[in-house]
Amino acid sequence: MILLLQYTLIFASVLVLVALGGCFSEHSGVINIGLEGIMVMGALGGALMMKVLPADTSAFMMILLVVLAAIALGAVYSLLLAVAAVNFRADQTLVGTAMNLLGTAAATVFVKAMNTAESVDNVSSTIQYIGAKKAFLVNIGGFEFNWFMLLALIALAAAYIVLYKTRFGLRLCACGEHPQAADSVGINVYKMRYAGVLISGVLGGLGGIVYITAGVSEWKFENGVAGFGFLALAVMIFGQWKPTRIALAALLFGLFRALSNVYTGFAFLSAMNIPSAVYNMLPYIISLIVLAFTSQKSRAPKAEGIPYDKGQR
Amino acid sequence: MKKQKTPLLRSNAVQSLMASLLCILLGLLMGYLVLSVINPAGAGEAIQTIVQNFFTYSKPQTQLKYLGSTLVKTAPLLMCSLSVLFAYKVGLFNIGAAGQYVVGAGASLYCALALGMPWYGCLLAAIAAGALLGAVSGLLKAYCNVNEVISCIMLNWISLYTVNMLLSRVKETASPYTMPLATTNAKALLPSMGLEALFSNNTYVTIAIPLAILAAVVIWVLLEKTKLGYELKATGYNKFAAKYCGMREKENLILTMVIAGGLAGMGAALLYLTGFEQWQCTQSSVPGMGFNGIAAAFLGGLNPIGTIFSSFFIQHITSGGAYVDKTMYSAQISDLISSLIIYLCGFVLFFKTYMNGRLDRRAEREAAKARNAKAGVAEGGEEK
Repeated sequence: MILLLQYTLIFASVLVLVALGGCFSEHSGVINIGLEGIMVMGALGGALMMKVLPADTSAFMMILLVVLAAIALGAVYSLLLAVAAVNFRADQTLVGTAMNLLGTAAATVFVKAMNTAESVDNVSSTIQYIGAKKAFLVNIGGFEFNWFMLLALIALAAAYIVLYKTRFGLRLCACGEHPQAADSVGINVYKMRYAGVLISGVLGGLGGIVYITAGVSEWKFENGVAGFGFLALAVMIFGQWKPTRIALAALLFGLFRALSNVYTGFAFLSAMNIPSAVYNMLPYIISLIVLAFTSQKSRAPKAEGIPYDKGQR
Repeated sequence: MKKQKTPLLRSNAVQSLMASLLCILLGLLMGYLVLSVINPAGAGEAIQTIVQNFFTYSKPQTQLKYLGSTLVKTAPLLMCSLSVLFAYKVGLFNIGAAGQYVVGAGASLYCALALGMPWYGCLLAAIAAGALLGAVSGLLKAYCNVNEVISCIMLNWISLYTVNMLLSRVKETASPYTMPLATTNAKALLPSMGLEALFSNNTYVTIAIPLAILAAVVIWVLLEKTKLGYELKATGYNKFAAKYCGMREKENLILTMVIAGGLAGMGAALLYLTGFEQWQCTQSSVPGMGFNGIAAAFLGGLNPIGTIFSSFFIQHITSGGAYVDKTMYSAQISDLISSLIIYLCGFVLFFKTYMNGRLDRRAEREAAKARNAKAGVAEGGEEK
């Protein structure tokens, strides 16, 4: 049971981080389908940092540097979306899709090249970080506390405050609802949209590194992040673009994702003899059902996905 | 009145072609840069290898054979890109082509290996399976307002796990691959009608290739020349206006996804029923065919006929990726290039607007010059 709680919390942390990322981007008016790719990039940055750092790095430095690397790569990568969507008025869905494919392809190419350079026979796209990963974990009784859970909580609180209590957040939301009106009172819509996308890059990148360190200690980059970026988007929609609701939605989805990791530990679940593939499918099925019931009265930012054109009335 | 001829640069087709070529060039250039970052020594050669693909073989016989292999994989890619294109014309982004392709593969292989059906039965089953999956996305979009991109992605993963489970029943005992078609049920192999003779007896070359091209033509006719196509496109432009005009916009949305799904499902059958590849039942990521379909659809300027060529190009570089020097680079470098090309396709609209803007300015300047000259002549005439 503790194991289930632990996995639920860690997967929920990932979903919270990434869904909040999507939330910032969409409130500024840019649909970020590319979160999946951003997660891969963040994961790559973090994994490389863990590989590079010497084993005797102190836990604090380890966490700090890994998080910074993930955030930096995620943010830089999200610029691809910002430039295309804000400056070039590109189709955001298309660009986001390209970013997802590009993220996985680039990470695979890079990791494979790195592995092959180390030893010619190694053509895998896997990075291992068994030792480095220990820095993130603290054992409390049987419960393995992960510092990332705390980080997700902080991000959640910060997102709530920034979105609803600061000038910046309210302006950001204005740009997603009615950019022309925002512009007319002197808000720079382009800058705000850049900010929204960059924040989503930061949070997405962070989510990426949390995801690949949750429960495993090596990652095969060929698989990307297995649709987790899209699950986060589903969480965001289910959470109606509001941080607090997103957190609750993330817990629900995290639970179903965690089940596939730990179902063998429950006597009644393993007695039912359901193939593991069914558990793997579960989060996706649940999200489809949930979306079917919640999308009808969706409160999406009104101007999302529409490129801002100053000349338009 | 004489109809004014539009200048060459203004025509939409020419602009699309230019934009696509520019995307390809920039994509290859960026790919080259990435390769040089990884290992500057072999970058030039690697790009050359990717672009050459089957030309790396020196004998024309072998070249022809591997051209055949590239074509075998172009057929399913063309179907997937038609699927993406068709949905996009109606305002839907069918990223689910990948999943529809997966269920198509599952249905056709299961019908062939477990039920022993002949090829046309398997082909129909694949189309039906893809269409059904498309219908799910369409229904969710039409009646529950679920964003089709997200529902499609969820369905992609659900179908992958389901098909893996289903096809595990017909896999070889010692390997994760499904049983070979040729020995288990040769009836299920697509007929070749002598086409293999054209490609140095590459037995995988079948009627799949002409079928896919036929599908492209049919889709073109459907979109451009029929009432249904007109209605569908109108729904895509503005579904409220379409509804106002008495079109059933919900049915149109669903029908679109059914057709798109059927196309992608058929694509899978066109590959797996040649026996060229076996399904790997332990596959942990959705096959890239559907995603490459997005690249091909946009690179082809969203035109069914253009897509034939762009599909071939995308498959050409994807196959070419298999020949790069494995001690330096990996085959995924071609995925990298095609995803860069998709990214660049996002800029096509901007490119066209920019170009039209420039042409407008130039035309204005010329018109002004002509006016001035005329005025000058007229004034001069009065003085004399």
